[in-house]
Amino acid sequence: MLNNLRHRQLPKGLKETNLIVILSFLVLLMIGTIIFATGMGPVSVHTTTVLQILISKIPFLSNPVGNDWTQVEESIVVGLRLPRVLLGLIVGASLSVTGVALQALVRNHLADPFILGVSSGASATATLGMLFGTFSFLGTYSLSLSAFIGAVVVIVLVYALSRVNGKINMTQLLLSGVAIGLIMESITKLITLSAPNALGLHNATFWMAGSLAGAKWGYLTLPLLVMFLCMTILLLNYRALNALLAGDETAGTLGFNVNVIQTMLVLIASLLAGVTIAVSGSIGFVGLMIPHITRLLIGSDHKKVLPVSAFLGGILVVWTDVAARLIIAPEELPIGVLTAIFGGPFFIWLLKKNARK
Amino acid sequence: MKLQVENLNFSYNHHKILNDISLHVNNGEFVGIIGPNGSGKSTLLKNLYRALTPDSGSIYLDHENYRDLKIKDIAKKLGVIGQDNGVPFDFAVNEIVAMGRSPHKKLFEGDKKEDKEIIQNALNTVGMADMAERNYLYLSGGEKQRVLLARVLSQQTEFLVLDEPTNHLDIHHQLRIFDVIKGLGATVLSAIHDLNIASLYCDRIYVMKDGSIYKSGTPEEILTSENIKEVFNIKTDVRQHPVTKKAMITYLPESTFNKGEDIVV
Repeated sequence: MLNNLRHRQLPKGLKETNLIVILSFLVLLMIGTIIFATGMGPVSVHTTTVLQILISKIPFLSNPVGNDWTQVEESIVVGLRLPRVLLGLIVGASLSVTGVALQALVRNHLADPFILGVSSGASATATLGMLFGTFSFLGTYSLSLSAFIGAVVVIVLVYALSRVNGKINMTQLLLSGVAIGLIMESITKLITLSAPNALGLHNATFWMAGSLAGAKWGYLTLPLLVMFLCMTILLLNYRALNALLAGDETAGTLGFNVNVIQTMLVLIASLLAGVTIAVSGSIGFVGLMIPHITRLLIGSDHKKVLPVSAFLGGILVVWTDVAARLIIAPEELPIGVLTAIFGGPFFIWLLKKNARK
Repeated sequence: MKLQVENLNFSYNHHKILNDISLHVNNGEFVGIIGPNGSGKSTLLKNLYRALTPDSGSIYLDHENYRDLKIKDIAKKLGVIGQDNGVPFDFAVNEIVAMGRSPHKKLFEGDKKEDKEIIQNALNTVGMADMAERNYLYLSGGEKQRVLLARVLSQQTEFLVLDEPTNHLDIHHQLRIFDVIKGLGATVLSAIHDLNIASLYCDRIYVMKDGSIYKSGTPEEILTSENIKEVFNIKTDVRQHPVTKKAMITYLPESTFNKGEDIVV
């Protein structure tokens, strides 16, 4: 009884906080991020103006707000910044969820589309499609689909190479990820060097650097749909993902068909990585950092980890992108450069922390 | 719940590991499997809980062939504690135990009040209720093993398959875990490392040697000096313990004989 009382008086950590409360807070944070980040850039737009422009775009609400902003401001907010901020949210969320899915697949914190070479694989096939039109028979979404193909190939290869006696070996995993990533980067170089036309080459180089600068409203649909689809499938199977972290055998004894779930994870991670990389190039380490921070805050239950890391990832990418367009304004830094500068040391820290365990 | 295994064979890389195994566990029985390292105990159990697929032979759970049962249906009848129990992620104790509810749940279905009670009861049974919010990673070996037992209990299966559930535990925790298991009244098939533990808890024992069932019977029939010498190649003194009335095995080290004294065993 006494024991019980003492436990009650302890301050409740985030881990026991209701998921609804955490998610409501994150939604507010996201809305705040959209409003503030949209105004920030080489040409800054005042936050109240952003808010007025946004509200004027909501049907039935346009009347009460005045109309005291310039046409330039409106086109910056609606035509350039807002789609870019929204794309940042989707890309960040997708990359984080890709990280969560890959980590469940290989049962390791250190999995990330960038580190396992998945991004490089997607880039290689995407470049091939962009410069030679190899996948043009796939139609409008040929870039996304070609990136998806590259991602699947790499995940399957890395997964097969790092399985030793039915278990994922961490050293094998990281090394085969690095090796295949390097091979894929070389293939990308080979493709760009033998590119038939200069314009395509220019486009490909710009895209590969990893940037949200080219965001348009039209780019949002497919990544958004894919993210909702994958998120729904993963959330439906959150128990299976939890069980997988306890090991393949244990997951099997808890009634899950491990092969089916692992195949599903390979497809989902590839789809998310491929579609995201097709619109933003490769932005590294988001899928590594965000799931880890999320788990530190709220534990490893996937019912919480999936939505929380999606929100945190989106918010982080949007703010990193703000930094990317402000640091050397009016020039822009590729956002991938910034995430790597922070993500690299984070990865090394994780590696050291893991080694201590 | 009754388990029946008929003529099971299993090989790995063309190397035969299990050779024509037949065994059965009756409803409510506590059956132990003993045998030296590498005799195939774990491999046999893995075939029974479907982590490995046998080359030939049949397994029946309550007269239903495994082939006709879904993975999820087996998980509702058969709870397992295997050897590989590392969880390399931060999970709270109650989250690990909640995993046991998985086979009873539909897609995305959360834990209801009823599930929470089952989880709480399981934690009470193994004496880990105070630790429900603790991080599993930082528990001691004995505590981890009790949490795994609670996970299997929350799975609410009538049949338990255990692969040396008290491996690496001190004697207090060994007895405690087996007392809890014995107290459940469930049907149990367990690989057991320690012969005295096997003697104390088992209704029947199967002895494995080189991938085959060498002998089977009650602890008194199986745990004799001759059998132990034959299978484990050690000298022992076996007597009936005055209090437990069970066979008590004392291991006799080679040094005892090297002194040239004549010990009558």
